[in-house]
Amino acid sequence: MNPQRRDTLKAGGGLGVLGLFAAAGLIKPEMAQAAWNKTAFEAKNMEAAFAAFSAGKPAESADVVITAPDIAENGAVVPVGVVSKLPATEQIVIMIEKNPNMVAASFTLPEGTVADVQTRVKMGQTSDVYAMVKADGKFYMARKEVKVTLGGCGG
Amino acid sequence: MSMNRREFMQMLAVAAAGGMTLHSNFARAEQAAGALYDLPPFGNLSLLHMTDCHAQLLPIHFREPNVNIGVGSMRGIAPHIVGEGFLKHFGIRPGSLEAHAFTHLDFVEAAKIYGKCGGFAHLATLVKKMKASRPGALLLDGGDTWQGSGTALWTKAQDMVDACKLLGVDVMTLHWESSYGADRVKEIEEKDFAGKIDIVAQNVKTTDFEDPVFKPYVIKNINGVPVAIIGQAFPYTPIANPRWQTPDWSFGIRDEDMQQAVDAARGEGAQVVVVLSHNGMDVDLKMASRVTGIDAIFGGHTHDGMPAPTIVDNAGGRTLVTNAGSNGKFLGVMDFDVKNGKVADFRYKLLPVFSRLLPADPEMAAFIDRTRAPFLEKLTEKLAVTEGLLYRRGNFNGSWDQLIVDALIAEKDAEIAFSPGFRWGTSLLPGDTITMEHLLDQTAITYPWTTLTEMSGEMIKTILEDVADNLFNPDPYYQQGGDMVRVGGLQYTCDPNAAMGRRIDNMMLKGKPIEAGKTYKVAGWAPVSEQARDSGPPIWDVVASYLRGQKVISQRSLNLPTLKGMDSNPGVAI
Repeated sequence: MNPQRRDTLKAGGGLGVLGLFAAAGLIKPEMAQAAWNKTAFEAKNMEAAFAAFSAGKPAESADVVITAPDIAENGAVVPVGVVSKLPATEQIVIMIEKNPNMVAASFTLPEGTVADVQTRVKMGQTSDVYAMVKADGKFYMARKEVKVTLGGCGG
Repeated sequence: MSMNRREFMQMLAVAAAGGMTLHSNFARAEQAAGALYDLPPFGNLSLLHMTDCHAQLLPIHFREPNVNIGVGSMRGIAPHIVGEGFLKHFGIRPGSLEAHAFTHLDFVEAAKIYGKCGGFAHLATLVKKMKASRPGALLLDGGDTWQGSGTALWTKAQDMVDACKLLGVDVMTLHWESSYGADRVKEIEEKDFAGKIDIVAQNVKTTDFEDPVFKPYVIKNINGVPVAIIGQAFPYTPIANPRWQTPDWSFGIRDEDMQQAVDAARGEGAQVVVVLSHNGMDVDLKMASRVTGIDAIFGGHTHDGMPAPTIVDNAGGRTLVTNAGSNGKFLGVMDFDVKNGKVADFRYKLLPVFSRLLPADPEMAAFIDRTRAPFLEKLTEKLAVTEGLLYRRGNFNGSWDQLIVDALIAEKDAEIAFSPGFRWGTSLLPGDTITMEHLLDQTAITYPWTTLTEMSGEMIKTILEDVADNLFNPDPYYQQGGDMVRVGGLQYTCDPNAAMGRRIDNMMLKGKPIEAGKTYKVAGWAPVSEQARDSGPPIWDVVASYLRGQKVISQRSLNLPTLKGMDSNPGVAI
C-alpha cells in the first residue's frame, strides 16, 4: 500500500489520470492517433492481424515475456503485461486469439523507451494471448494460455 | 505445560478411567499411542503445521477419499494414490491406527474401534506435548480455519480466531477466511491478531496498483536460527468463491513474486525459508520445481494427508512438499537440523490426532464449551437418523452430497441438481443421528443461497466440462483444487484424460439423452455471482426440511459417472 500515490491520483481525479499525464507532457495525443491501424484492429483472425502489421509469421522468442494470470479472476478486466528484452524494440501488440476482434492493444515505443507495457483486456472465453514485438525491423512473438472459467465449486 | 512420556501415559490412564467406552481392540491402540506420540526430538528448529481444520472444534470422523485421480504427470504419484496402494506406497500396516487415519479402508469398522479424530482440545494437548519436547517450535496454520461450522458462521469466525490464539498459532495464511469479506479479515488481522498471529500472503495484491495487502513473509529467530515463513494464499479465491467478497484484492500464483520473496528473505539473513501454502498439492509440486531456495512447502487446500514429504528437485537444490490433511485430523511435525547456516537434515511426521488417545486440554475444552453454549439448542436439533455412512470427500458424489442433491430435487421440484465439489464436511457412521450441527458442517458458508434455473442441455454440458477442467487439467496451474460438481438426476460418462470440452459424454436423464436445445429445471446452491445474492432460502433450511420429513435416511445409492480410461489408475478404488 502506498497511500501517498493513491492520494495524489485521487487529488488529480477531476482531471483524470491520462489527462494528468498528458498535461505533464508524458503522452501526446497525436502519438495515439499516429499508431491507429484500422485494418489490424478490425482483423477477425490471427493471419489477418499479422498481415495488417506486415508481420508475416513472427518467430517465437524467449526474449518476449507475457505476464498474465493462468486463470482470469474477471474476464472483463484481465491484466496483461509484456516485456521485450530484444534490442531496438519499437512496437508491442497484444492479441487475444478467441476474441471477435483479436488485436487488443498496439504500443508504439519511441527510441530509448523501456519495452515494458501493461494493460487490461476483455476476454469472453479461454484463449491464447499473443504478444507480437517488432524489434530492429523484425517480428517476434510469445503466447500464453489464459483460462476464463464459470467459477464456483472450489475448495 | 510440559509433559514427559510418563506423565502423558498417566493422563491417558486417567482419561480411560474417566468413563470412556473402550472397544477391546482399543487397548492395542492405546499401547500404540505411546509410541505414536512419543516422537523423539531432532535437530534445532521445529515447525508444527495444521491446515484446513474447517472450524471443527470438536472431534469428528472424516473418511479419506477412495477416488483421487491424478492425470498427466500426476498420474499415480502422491497424493493421487488411494486405498491399499496408498498403504503400500507409504509402508503403513493394514488395519493399523495410521491405516485408518490415512485411508478409506474398512472405514466404519475402524472408526468404531479407534474413535473420532481431531478436536481443538485434543489437538491442544498434542501441540503442548510437541512444544515441550521441541523448544521454540512454531505453530503454522495453512488456512481454511474460520469456515466450516455453524458457530464459525454465526460468530463471523470469532470462535476460531479466539481458539487459534489459545492454541498458540504463530503464523497463518488464507483461503475461505476471505469469504467473510475483506473488511472482516483486516479487522481480525489488525485487532485480534495484533502482536500474536501474523497473516502472511505474498500473492495477494490490490487490483489497482498491485500493492501488497498482507505481509509477504515474517522472519522468526528460533534457537539462534533465523527462519522465514512466506505466505501463499489460495490463488483462485475470487474465482472459486464470490468475487464481490474481496473486490479490491487480486490473488494468483505469481512464481516470479515468490522467487523475489525467497531471495529477499535470504537477503535479510534467513537461514531456513519455508512457504506456508494454500495452493493445493499439485500446484505446490509444480511451484517447488520452478522456484529455488525454498527448504519446504507446508501445503493444504487439497486435504491430502501425506505421511511423508515429496522431495522435488529444482535448479537451486531440492524442496520438501508436505500436505497435512484436513478437519483437525493431523498435526505435521517438521524437525530441521540447521548447521553452518543451512538445513543439513530433517525428520517429518504427520501425526494423526486420535481424540481418545489424547486427553482433552482443560483450558481449551472449557473455552469450547463457553463458545458453544449460546448456540447449543440450535446445534443439537435432531433432524433424522442415517442408516448408511455419510461422507463427502472424493472426486465424485459422496453419500452426504447425494443426500443434498436428493433433497434439492425433492424440495425444489427440480429434474437435476448440482452441489459444489467442496472437500470439507465431516462423516457420520451408520445409526448416527443427523443434527443441525452436522448439516451445517456440510453447508455453513457466507453465500448459502439455493437456486432454481431453467438451463439448456448445452449449458449443462458447459458447466460439467468447465468444472472437470478445473479438476483434471494436466497442468496443475490451471486447476482450482475442488472436486467434481456433485450431480443429481443426470447420468454421464467422464473421461478425465480427454481434452477440455471432451471429457463429458452420454448425458442422460431418466433414460433419455439430454438435448442441447431443450431446457431443464436445475437446482443448485452456493452461487458466486453477485446477482444471485439471496436467490433462494439457504441450503441448510432446504435440506433440514427434507430430513425432518424423511426421519430415517436410507443408504444412499451414489450417482457416479461412468469413468473412462481409469481402470488401472492408482487414484481409483471403487
